[in-house]
Amino acid sequence: MIDCDVHNSVPSLPALYPYLSEHWVEYCRQSAFGGPADSAYPAHAPTSVGPLWRGAKPAPGTSAGAVVEQLLDPLGVELAILNCVYAVESIHNPDTAAAMSAAVNDWQIAEWLDADHRFRASVVVPSAQPEMAAREIERAAADRRFVQVLLPVRSAMPYGNRHYHPIFEAAERHGLAVGLHFGGAPGNPPTGAGWPSYYLEEYAGMAQIFQTQILSMISEGLFDRFPDLRIACIEGGFTWLPSLLWRIDKEWKGLRRDVPWVREEPSHYVHKHMRFTTRPLDAPPDPGGLADVIDDIGAEGMLLFATDYPHWHFDRIEDAIPAALPERLRAGILRDNARVFYGL
Amino acid sequence: MTEAATRVAVESRTAISLVDGDIHIQPANRLDFGRYMTAHWRRHLETFGGRGPGGASYPRANKYAARSDSYPPNGKPPGSDLDFLRHQLLDTWNIDIGVLNPLLGAGGQRNLEFGAALATAINEWQFAEWLDPEPRLRGSVVVEYEDGELAAEEIHRVGDDPRLVHVLLSIRTAEPMGRRKYWPMYEAAVAHDLPVGVHFGGSGGSPITGTGFPSFYIEDHAGMPTVFQSQVISLVCEGVFERFPDLKIVLIEGGFGWLPSLMWRLDEAYGRLREEVPALRRLPSEYIREHFWITTQPMEEPPRVTQLERLLDQLNMNDRLMFATDYPHWDFDAPDHAIPGRLPADLKAAIRAENAVRLYGLRPAEA
Repeated sequence: MIDCDVHNSVPSLPALYPYLSEHWVEYCRQSAFGGPADSAYPAHAPTSVGPLWRGAKPAPGTSAGAVVEQLLDPLGVELAILNCVYAVESIHNPDTAAAMSAAVNDWQIAEWLDADHRFRASVVVPSAQPEMAAREIERAAADRRFVQVLLPVRSAMPYGNRHYHPIFEAAERHGLAVGLHFGGAPGNPPTGAGWPSYYLEEYAGMAQIFQTQILSMISEGLFDRFPDLRIACIEGGFTWLPSLLWRIDKEWKGLRRDVPWVREEPSHYVHKHMRFTTRPLDAPPDPGGLADVIDDIGAEGMLLFATDYPHWHFDRIEDAIPAALPERLRAGILRDNARVFYGL
Repeated sequence: MTEAATRVAVESRTAISLVDGDIHIQPANRLDFGRYMTAHWRRHLETFGGRGPGGASYPRANKYAARSDSYPPNGKPPGSDLDFLRHQLLDTWNIDIGVLNPLLGAGGQRNLEFGAALATAINEWQFAEWLDPEPRLRGSVVVEYEDGELAAEEIHRVGDDPRLVHVLLSIRTAEPMGRRKYWPMYEAAVAHDLPVGVHFGGSGGSPITGTGFPSFYIEDHAGMPTVFQSQVISLVCEGVFERFPDLKIVLIEGGFGWLPSLMWRLDEAYGRLREEVPALRRLPSEYIREHFWITTQPMEEPPRVTQLERLLDQLNMNDRLMFATDYPHWDFDAPDHAIPGRLPADLKAAIRAENAVRLYGLRPAEA
């Protein structure tokens, strides 16, 4: 079993001091900078930590030991991909964002990858600064236990935009997948109609941002420019995917003149280059309904198993594997799809 | 074009068998609205014109995003000539009732009072040049929706005219539609028993996506459903339907393929986060199925018709879908093609006319 979305979190900024230069340690101490303040996960929101782990010591996700004890051992996870969502993109000072990214990656090597052979990790990058992000990818990629580059799904511009090419170029060159992950704090509103009032809206609405990023990546011809690029959509759901593919395939028939470099039906690019993690499931209420949705996606092998530890999707460890997943697809979803996609 | 399509209706009809829920009109010249304005606003229109936040500037497939064949013989812009619209749309397709959605910039003006004056002028123009001469047409209450009070005033002014069937907004509002600034507009709409129709487009000042401006028209066009989704989320989560239990929302030109998964996702998230929204007393999907109507264009086109049937089952809103052409735009849905023939006859009849007749309280046009 491969868990494609496990969250390790930096417990506090001083935990990174051993991995920051003297300059940045002094800068942080003197300015009382506490690290990125924006978080897609309000600490006490019910969704942020499931009841299974709420109140656990050590705090969920804060150390390799905690994750091994709370998730890997009880569930029998063979490999776990760590996605550290440290919101470095919310730090507008580019040099600080880059320094923090590098420190997080070195912290992941020393305190996670070296601590348990089952961990794989994602490269944290200053995503608002593509050139600097590419340099961090170069640096981290030397350690093959990094299997993807992590991008928060919310960005100041859609990721297909040429501005971001250096990130995808570096990822492709080093054989790393790119994981688009729930959250991000670029400063612009998370809807096309401004700022919503409630966290519930932002949480449910994150699916629309994934949809936008997919439209952008296809329309900009990202997959023709980077033919080996692989994109994982993480923690954004997938039951909305069929309707998005129907829509963009239809639009392409009418508007392909707008984007002549999109040479195949848009859904083909998604089928070939993208994968989706299984939590949140956002499944239809009828138990057989999920199989229909998966069929509507139009290709096999598109789903990657994930618990999204420690976020709340199930109450008992026995329910970590969604019962609604069709039996026929289970082996692929639980392991084989990820093994192929990430080259594990 | 099929035989049915070219046949011009000659016999008088007593029943309504086809309603077009989305027709666009425009004046030959925007300055024509000055005729329906006070001297002050006419001068403003001529001097400064409309000024919105912009941000929807993509070269579109065609000028006016119109069908190439939709220019009247007199050379005026598409949708500006009643005789030609009668011929090309209403007669050709035997449309019994057509709903006009004039998207002419009244909502979302930076100068809100000008927006309100423009809305009033558009409504008067609609009466004088479209609804008075053509009994098959119905209109919209055009409002400056970014100011709830100004919008309410206009709804109170014209909302009892039975020919106006809904209040019209564009989907890209400045703030999510559930927020309180819009509530006076909803209150007025409910008071006049008018649904609120929300149409593709507009520009409220935010980029069209939650992640900045995309590069191409195809993204703007294919991405508009993401804004519809955000607005459905907002209207539900803000408790608008608890505050206005009789409010009806019509989603126009936004599609509906995304709605089942949105309901599943909202219900799941609500189950975990309900503490944050104590105004809600039911599942989000229950509010959605009770308060929303949807026009069909652009029709969802999964690869197989069986998938469309499955989608309709998932949606479970067969009494809420209303056919629309989006005339004269390039992505026009033809009445004989858009709704697959193999759907059950009673469902087709409901989509083609009955659902709209019930929602809008439509009566056949009197010759």
